[in-house]
Amino acid sequence: MKIWVPMDSAAKALGAEAVVAAIRTEADRRGVEVEIARNGSRGMIWLEPLVEVETPEGRMAYGPMTQADVPALFEDGPEKALGLTEELDWMKRQTRLTFARCGLTDPLSLEQYEAHGGLAGLRRAIGMKAEEIIDEVKLSGLRGRGGAGFPTGIKWDTVRMAHADRKYIVCNADEGDSGTFADRMIIEGDPFCLIEGMAIAGLGCHAEKGFVYLRSEYPDAIAVLTRAIEIARATGVLGADVLGSGHAFDIEVRVGAGAYVCGEETSLLNSLEGKRGVVRAKPPLPALEGAFGKPTVVNNVISLATVPVIFEKGAAHYADFGLGRSKGTIPLQIAGNVRHGGLFETAFGMSLGQIVEDLGGGTASGRAVKAVQVGGPLGAYLSPEQFDTPFGYEEFDGQGALIGHAGLVVFDDSADMLGMARFAMEFCAVESCGKCTPCRIGAVRGVETLDRIAAGDAGAIPLLTDLCETMQDGSLCALGGFTPYPVMSALRLFPEEFGAVREAAE
Amino acid sequence: MRHSHPTSDDLQALIDAQMSLEGPLLPILHAIQEAHGHVPEAALPLIAETLNLTPAEVHGVMSFYHDFRKAPAGRHVVKLCRAEACQSMGANALSEAVLDKLGIGWGGTTPDGRVTVEAVYCLGLCACAPAAMIGDRLIGRADAARIDAELEGAA
Repeated sequence: MKIWVPMDSAAKALGAEAVVAAIRTEADRRGVEVEIARNGSRGMIWLEPLVEVETPEGRMAYGPMTQADVPALFEDGPEKALGLTEELDWMKRQTRLTFARCGLTDPLSLEQYEAHGGLAGLRRAIGMKAEEIIDEVKLSGLRGRGGAGFPTGIKWDTVRMAHADRKYIVCNADEGDSGTFADRMIIEGDPFCLIEGMAIAGLGCHAEKGFVYLRSEYPDAIAVLTRAIEIARATGVLGADVLGSGHAFDIEVRVGAGAYVCGEETSLLNSLEGKRGVVRAKPPLPALEGAFGKPTVVNNVISLATVPVIFEKGAAHYADFGLGRSKGTIPLQIAGNVRHGGLFETAFGMSLGQIVEDLGGGTASGRAVKAVQVGGPLGAYLSPEQFDTPFGYEEFDGQGALIGHAGLVVFDDSADMLGMARFAMEFCAVESCGKCTPCRIGAVRGVETLDRIAAGDAGAIPLLTDLCETMQDGSLCALGGFTPYPVMSALRLFPEEFGAVREAAE
Repeated sequence: MRHSHPTSDDLQALIDAQMSLEGPLLPILHAIQEAHGHVPEAALPLIAETLNLTPAEVHGVMSFYHDFRKAPAGRHVVKLCRAEACQSMGANALSEAVLDKLGIGWGGTTPDGRVTVEAVYCLGLCACAPAAMIGDRLIGRADAARIDAELEGAA
């Protein structure tokens, strides 16, 4: 009997290790030989810990499992049986390209990784010239999944053409946005995919060294990735001669230290160099003067982890999915007050309402949806009136919103939107790097102004609007520049909570 | 994690072990904190000397990051997520209950040195909020009773 139990940290946070212990105890008691295998999460977080039993028909899912449910696993027809995992609605409706292996394989088994298409992309890239590698990425239409949506191929090309004795591939794994966990899930569930993507980037840009800047709040991801890199080195996937290609590439994990702003690429580079994580003015672009002053690719985890499938299946295959200039797939992370929270990878273009109501099943509390914050703490709130907006970069931009790293946080009708606006300013004040005035001072004044409004001074609303404009136009990076998104969208959508009549706010 | 008073030699050994890295300052601070539970004041001039920086520069870097402590924390560190997804599931009420019960504020340590409570902004458990971390153990769908129970058993 082979039983899969996820080692994803969400599964662990919901009791996976207790379930593993209970399975061992129960197997001993019954004298049944059980092999417990570990996988990543399938993304159905509301069903975690989701345990799978291998059968001749396929893997049968059970969840959410508790210790008390374990004895039933060994008998027929247990209560928590969900059927074949692959046949579950949530799984069948997805287009899993980046997350194809996540939840399917043992994250630390390179054999299983290869058996499911892993390393095919890197092998193909080894046979290509650097320009051809870049062209493939350009053709795929891949845009940076960290939030800015900049075309990945163009960034790589800039680094490729730069002249320097050293170049770097830096993976931004400082996933600090609330409502997002795709980076964590892929690192914990399929770390070789990120390693392979970085190695391909190294070949394409003539870089021999990669860094993964990984946040300290993700201890499980740090452990899994560190181990995976050791395995990759031992098997020649990384090192002086990547898969016998004659090209060198190695990766080092660098742990962050709890600063949200280090998710901003230039602040990340300063942090990597051992400095305060203060934002740098651009230009120079990191692609020309990045880590340690050398040309550097800075890409988000999901951008890099999507590269292997583009090379395995071809750029055209990837670009066939999507909507307009938002090509390919996006791992939606449905979170907050939602019944079916989790990760759902799909082509761009699904409407916001479909995501929240249909996939998410509405709120966890059973109350009405009041607002959805998309794109992390710097993303706008959207109301159910905007639910027909298709999920795409330009489409959200048209709504005065952004998709960011594709996290969606659902709020029910008990949410205090003035309080959320105040929190956005407070967060910006806590996390501001301090370099530019609109962010450093503006966020503090924003909190004070919102406190005045909360105390009944509606006359402070124009002041808040003005302050937000200054922050948006005058800040050096997205922290100060985008904090106005949640603040102003909350004011626009719910003026009555700010003591303003609707006309006054518009 | 030891809450010890390391000698200069102990600290220098931890510093030297990171010196082959490019940009070694954060790894040095992490290594010292991991070994001793905090970064003692005495480490700063040693780091500065080794990296050819001023002690003020090292202090500037250390104080920029939320993770690094000047003094040891309580024996158990509870991190409660304050970010939006957790707020949508009642994180504010949860943190209020936990802090009230312990009689401390954010970042505070109980007088007996047993528990420190810190704010954290996102543990990546946003689909099973509210989230907490006690030591290195993660808790999804946390409630006050569960956190109490975890702390009850801890000396």
